[in-house]
Amino acid sequence: MSEVRLQIDGQEVTAPEGATVLEAAQGAGIPIPTLCHHEKLEPFGSCRLCTVEVERGGRKQHVVSCVYPVAEGLTVRTRTPEIERIRRVILELYLAHAPEAPRLKALAEEYGANKDRFDKESSFCIHCGLCVRYCAEVKKKHAVGFINRGTKKEVAFVPDIAARECWKCKECFPLCPTSWLQAAYVLVEGILFPREEQRA
Amino acid sequence: MDIARVDQIIDRYGADESYLIQVLLDIQTENNWLPQEALERVAERLRVPLSRILHIATFYKAFSTVPKGRHRIHVCMGTACHVRGAQRVLDAVQEATGIKPGETDLELKFSLETVNCLGCCALGPVMEIDGKTYGKMTPAETAEALRNHD
Ligand code: SF4
Ligand code: FES
Ligand code: FES
Repeated sequence: MSEVRLQIDGQEVTAPEGATVLEAAQGAGIPIPTLCHHEKLEPFGSCRLCTVEVERGGRKQHVVSCVYPVAEGLTVRTRTPEIERIRRVILELYLAHAPEAPRLKALAEEYGANKDRFDKESSFCIHCGLCVRYCAEVKKKHAVGFINRGTKKEVAFVPDIAARECWKCKECFPLCPTSWLQAAYVLVEGILFPREEQRA
Repeated sequence: MDIARVDQIIDRYGADESYLIQVLLDIQTENNWLPQEALERVAERLRVPLSRILHIATFYKAFSTVPKGRHRIHVCMGTACHVRGAQRVLDAVQEATGIKPGETDLELKFSLETVNCLGCCALGPVMEIDGKTYGKMTPAETAEALRNHD
């Protein structure tokens, strides 16, 4: 595979063709914040936190670095005032859903996001899809998925599969940026398939 | 719904996973809703994870994962119908059926939904029963139209 040369924050970087801007930056030790990205999973691009500015042929554009492929001669800026603002607003929106999530609070600190900017609507899940994709792509069990759409979209366990598979895995729990997944699982377990010792 | 019937529908499309939505639509049309056993059968035969089928079945309004009545009522609440008295039509339907939008009665006779324009605003206020359009409705005509369904 041929190498592509690009510039990230003023630094000359090479990356294999087909790599994403995020991968190129990580390879060069340049940090870009992410919430929905995971090395073992296909790029998803849902959280938008990894937004960066790219410039090619004099045209500037904001793109999502975890899905945007590198290209020869690309200039990337990972921290401009506009990008900081974009990330701050994204975090403020997420904090309306999960105001106490440690990962979000740490990022909010870094970007000066105000967790009280928007009215609280504690749905906790920020739809990053890590749990759903990890279960499908890595474990190939499909025990958890999304249901409904728009403002009603939520993660849901498929009870039969979850009862059979989840107790011995739970590898998705630590992936969840808001810890909602764990709560959702315990609820489903409590309501739909209480364990033997609890039933007795 | 009979599983053999679900199998027939699946076979119609050669159990090809790219026809998933079509298979679901056919089951929905025939049965008015998508029972769990039917979805499990589709998952097994089309080799599509059940979680993905549930995502699709809950994403599109055309599908229902809870039982629906034999007759589907859609009352248009779009702007044109609204100014022409859609609320009175809706009230008449609720009065006659005892259900609110999104609900189904216990005898599984009617399911009621509101929509936001059926594309024939000149006929407003408009409602549909099982896809048949009823235009320029008055509350009395609404009740009458519902009585003609059993
Ligand atoms: S439950 Fe957690 S991991 Fe799963 S989609 Fe929601 S925020 Fe992401
Ligand atoms: S990490 Fe790129 S969109 Fe979430
Ligand atoms: S608003 Fe009712 S048909 Fe258009």
